Amino acid sequence: MPPRQYTLWISARKDTGSAWFLGALAVVAIVMPILNLAVPASSALHVSTYGLTLVGKYLCYAVLALAVDLIWGYCGILSLGHAAFFSLGAYAMGMYLMRQIGPRGVYGDPILPDFMVFLNWKSLPWFWYGFNHFWFALFMIVLVPGSLALAFGWFAFRSRVTGVYFSIITQALTYALMLAFFRNDMGFGGNNGFTDFKDILGFDLHSDRVHLVLLVITAGVLAASYLVCRMIVSSRAGRVIRAIRDAESRTRFLGYRVESYKLWVFVFSAVLAGIAGALYVPQIGIINPSEFAPINSIETVIWVAVGGRGTLYGAAAGALLVNYAKTYFTSAFPEIWNYALGALFVLVTLFLPRGIIGLVSGRVKKQTKTERLRIPAESPEPSEE
Amino acid sequence: MRYKGMRTAGLMLAIVMFFSVMAKAQDETIKIGILHSLSGTMAISETTLKDTILMMIAEQNKKGGLLGKKLEAVVVDPASNWPLFAEKAQELLEKDKVAVVFGCWTSVSRKSVLPVFEKDDGLLFYPVQYEGEESSKNVIYTGAAPNQQAIPAVEYLMNEVGVKRWVLEGTDYVYPRTTNKILEAFLLAKGVKPEDISINYTPFGYSDWQARVAAIKKFGSAGKKNAVVSTINGDANVPFYKELGNQKISAEDIPVMAFSVGEEELSGVDTKPLVGHLAAWNYFESINTPANKAFIQQWHTFIKNPKRTTNDPMEASYIGFNLWVKAVQKAGTTDVEKVLAVLPGTETPNLTGSMAKVLPNHHITKPVYIGEIRADGQFDVVWKTPGTVPGEAWSRYLPSDKDITADWVTLKCGNYNKATKTCSGQNYK
Amino acid sequence: MKKHFLWLGVQWLFFLLLCASRSAFPLYAQSSSDANFLVSLGQLRDASFDDKEKIIDQLAQSGHPSVRAVLTAFVEDRLYYRNQDQKIFIARQGAEDAPTLNLLDPITLKGAGSASSDNLSRILANNHLRRVLQTTLARYGLSSPDASIRLESVQDMEKDLDEENVQLLRQRISVETDPAVKKEIASALALDSLGSSDAQARLAAVSTLRGSLRQDVLNKLEAMTEKSPDGSFVEVNEQVRQAAAAAAKSITRRRAFYSGIETLFFGLSLGSVLVLIAIGLAITFGVMGVINMAHGELMMIGAYTTYVVQVAMPGHGETSILVAIPAAFLVAALIGILIERTIIRFLYGRPLETLLATFGVSLILQQLVRSIFTALNRSVETPAWMSGTLQLNDALSITYNRLYIVIFTLLVFAALLVVLKYTRMGLEIRAVSQNRAMAKAMGIRSEWVDAMTFGLGSGIAGLAGVALSQLTNVNPNLGQSYIIDSFLVVVFGGVGNLWGSMTGGMSMGIVNELLEPYAGAVLAKIFVLIALILFIQVRPRGLFPPTGRASENQ
Repeated sequence: MPPRQYTLWISARKDTGSAWFLGALAVVAIVMPILNLAVPASSALHVSTYGLTLVGKYLCYAVLALAVDLIWGYCGILSLGHAAFFSLGAYAMGMYLMRQIGPRGVYGDPILPDFMVFLNWKSLPWFWYGFNHFWFALFMIVLVPGSLALAFGWFAFRSRVTGVYFSIITQALTYALMLAFFRNDMGFGGNNGFTDFKDILGFDLHSDRVHLVLLVITAGVLAASYLVCRMIVSSRAGRVIRAIRDAESRTRFLGYRVESYKLWVFVFSAVLAGIAGALYVPQIGIINPSEFAPINSIETVIWVAVGGRGTLYGAAAGALLVNYAKTYFTSAFPEIWNYALGALFVLVTLFLPRGIIGLVSGRVKKQTKTERLRIPAESPEPSEE
Repeated sequence: MRYKGMRTAGLMLAIVMFFSVMAKAQDETIKIGILHSLSGTMAISETTLKDTILMMIAEQNKKGGLLGKKLEAVVVDPASNWPLFAEKAQELLEKDKVAVVFGCWTSVSRKSVLPVFEKDDGLLFYPVQYEGEESSKNVIYTGAAPNQQAIPAVEYLMNEVGVKRWVLEGTDYVYPRTTNKILEAFLLAKGVKPEDISINYTPFGYSDWQARVAAIKKFGSAGKKNAVVSTINGDANVPFYKELGNQKISAEDIPVMAFSVGEEELSGVDTKPLVGHLAAWNYFESINTPANKAFIQQWHTFIKNPKRTTNDPMEASYIGFNLWVKAVQKAGTTDVEKVLAVLPGTETPNLTGSMAKVLPNHHITKPVYIGEIRADGQFDVVWKTPGTVPGEAWSRYLPSDKDITADWVTLKCGNYNKATKTCSGQNYK
Repeated sequence: MKKHFLWLGVQWLFFLLLCASRSAFPLYAQSSSDANFLVSLGQLRDASFDDKEKIIDQLAQSGHPSVRAVLTAFVEDRLYYRNQDQKIFIARQGAEDAPTLNLLDPITLKGAGSASSDNLSRILANNHLRRVLQTTLARYGLSSPDASIRLESVQDMEKDLDEENVQLLRQRISVETDPAVKKEIASALALDSLGSSDAQARLAAVSTLRGSLRQDVLNKLEAMTEKSPDGSFVEVNEQVRQAAAAAAKSITRRRAFYSGIETLFFGLSLGSVLVLIAIGLAITFGVMGVINMAHGELMMIGAYTTYVVQVAMPGHGETSILVAIPAAFLVAALIGILIERTIIRFLYGRPLETLLATFGVSLILQQLVRSIFTALNRSVETPAWMSGTLQLNDALSITYNRLYIVIFTLLVFAALLVVLKYTRMGLEIRAVSQNRAMAKAMGIRSEWVDAMTFGLGSGIAGLAGVALSQLTNVNPNLGQSYIIDSFLVVVFGGVGNLWGSMTGGMSMGIVNELLEPYAGAVLAKIFVLIALILFIQVRPRGLFPPTGRASENQ
């Protein structure tokens, strides 16, 4: 067998989908800042800060979609609670940003955020210590969603909770977290969440430049996550993961530790979602418990399905497309946009079971069950399903 | 690759649509942004306000527009989603370049758009009663501050009804928390014993009120006159009142004074068991003045339904719109900085016979009415303040607020601490 | 002769005059009290609320025969004055928001024509006044022939036990025939005696009240055993104090027992709502493997059907809900069948695709309802036979609407079981879900059965909507609030198992209600969710897991 690097090189050469995707991403990351900075505001081609923030948001969602595609499209675990991991990462970043406000808050308290002063709290709760350091916040962004996923997944996979049962208990998880974070007594800002951020790492969050930089960083993170995910799925482990999706019992009988594979894919995907959330907060300017809502997780799954699951770039494209459609419809048809969005979902599910990517790459035919069960031949083409 | 053509076509379409979202607007009208949820949980309350502003715009256009130009409404739907509020606000200000925005309902939505308005220097008229603790340079608050609703209501219960025991029942979010904090401080200052005050919070959309109402009944049977001060949020009120009716808690025994229940919320409930329960607002549809009657008539014609009710946030939207028009006429331009300079001191008549004047803290003067629910879903006014009450952004009953004042005319600050002589919080310029 | 006739004539005249004057005298006397009555009534027009209270007292003291009718009209908001001539009138009972009101004269209580409501202004009462009116009217009610009115009057008078009321009650108890009313008067008098200066009277009162279950009695007895700020007991007599303490303890113990039953009932009623919303889903999900995200919207459609039926049957508030039940079932079932035939049919065997497609359908249905009915809440009236409480005793009252919903849930569940077990359609449904190929080989039209099953599940969702319309808001977001809970119940009980959904729903409701007084509503819900997550770890397929080969792929 050729060494892993060689396989990867071969994959990249023949992987047109990835090439397109990374190319488009590079274009966005380079062209948009130019259009914002160099082109004068009166021109039709100028991209306003609003546009930058919007695309940045889409890219964060694309990272989240990658995370969901990894465990669903490739591993067959439908998690309807990924909003929880996204929001936990977002809250970790939010806590750092709140600490950065310092004495510039409404009540002028140098240590306590405004909502704590308002609740008459005298000191910072223990779980807020350390969040005034950026590296600590970064550490927590990875640690908190990761450890929750580890604990949850370890118990769930060990007990062989699968299929719809697993999906529903992930929903229960995110619903419970939502109720908990809505409580004002929890120390996370309650219903209002965290808002009113001033700066990040010393840079003013309200300046256009910073939004531009954040956009570029997000694009970079998306590219990096994509490459890492691609590496995972085209490796040997990736084959096992796909085998688990297609025939779990058979894989277990072949001797693979199914639970371990599932667990670390789940944890990795949760961490990725957390990072997406962390990038989301500085660009949006607010984090609030309704991000935990079960409906958000379902929407994420919809993005992946619309885009084309089991192809990483499909998930990202789906996230971009659906959110763009939502932005467009809520402005163009504010009274009836739900019809359009609902119709989109129904039509895509019925006629494009492989998503938009399936349409674009010319493979609209439905796969029969025997085809899916066939273990793919040794082929370097990772996009072959 | 049969679909190659389709692929290219799709890509082109996407690019065109993409840029159409990003593209600029150029026109000879004055654009007015309407930022209210038209779907989702808040649509119940906010759709009416969107229609009110559309009605006011149509009316103004009939009078010839403003500064010689027609007014154009730009309606967006932030779908009760708080990040979407910020996004839509940015879209209205940067892409559509609106001159003013009428919008928001919940405090979260307002807080999420606040940084956008302050950064892009927009102007927002906020028409809903809220908890105070804020005064922004770019917002005019035409809804009631706690001293224009909660305090007079509690004073009424204490003095006119003789209430001695209090249940403060709220939904768990900032508005009830702040209001109850202020009310608790107020009650304790008036000599009410701590064991005669019971404060309780329930989550949003709470619908199983059996146990809670039974507990209220128990608290209220201690012999002293009891009242419930309810800051329960919109949706949860219907099952709450239904349960009150079913457990036979009549208004004569334990009156419930609500701050978020108006004519519109009552139109969705069977009001017969609720007769006599109270609400405190700055406006009731049943108030008999020529201005109010004309407004109701206009509304029924516009919405093509003679059964639709009017309510306090609608009056606040009406006041806000008229204040803005007057200010623009005074300033001679829609430029936000100039309009903001002219707004404090501008006044316009409200619908109940008095004047609404903009104060330096960006609140307005409002009268306070206490009403009892009638069997037909309207309110009987049983008490009112002798004149109008000026809105206070920072409550004098809270120890954290007592040194803070808001003044955008002389001090140019929304939270100026008189003791330390510093200005902190939300000001970016 | 002439003189005789003249004298006769004078006598006649005198006689006539006498008669006239006799009838005139009462007329005169009557009209002066009438006049006073009218004057007092007229003062109500512009009086402040405090003054109105004094005037009511005056009117009650006057003893005029129409006082009772006038005060009853006042408390029921039917007392008006005409704008033109400022005269007071009573409006006849009936449609209060009708444009024209039939008027009664306040003195004679006879018809006095009608007037449009624009020309009339109502005389306002506030809560305090209504309370005063109720206690005043209670005195009249004490001698009513109807025992329930007498009971209500005693209860009203209890709220205000002044000298006069106590006297009236003492007079009444000796002639009272109805045992319930008699008992109520005895406790009222005993409550009053608790404040008497005679220790023996107090002791007697305590022993009378020992058997009571009322909260206010308990409060008074407990107050007697407390210490006042200076250290001495409120109740100075040792014997009385000990008797009061013992009585209080007994009452507390018994009340706690009933309170437990009440909590259990709360749990059952919450659970029955959960069961109702879940069993429809259990059928579509368990039997057909379809994850129906539009289930909440089907419930919403059932609720709106109830509203439409009510609007279409004005004046028949009592029966409209009974008509709404089959109507909601049919409408929801038809929409369900439509969804199945157009969308779900192509997605069998792919449950996760059905999730996505039905999510789109739910958005469309929500928007559809929003466009037709607007986003505002719609009011669905509770019929009279479903409102109010069933007072089992002073410590335990059960609201009728919740009771009927529990019964309704059990009936629906039973009906469903019967349909599945004993009808042809049920047989076909079970056959298709167990082994589709074999069922088709036996001649069963499986597509038709699929549509019927989905329709059945949707129809039950519609029935759940009817129940929900009685409990909560009817607006386009109704479905969203309940969809998560319904999935949790189905998974907890075991997918496809109806008894699982029943047990699961009921237990979740009971646990939630048990925890609520201790932990608060939010924490109770969180605890239930965490318990569910942990439970699934232990039993990964729910309470009653499906067995057999067919369960492998679920």
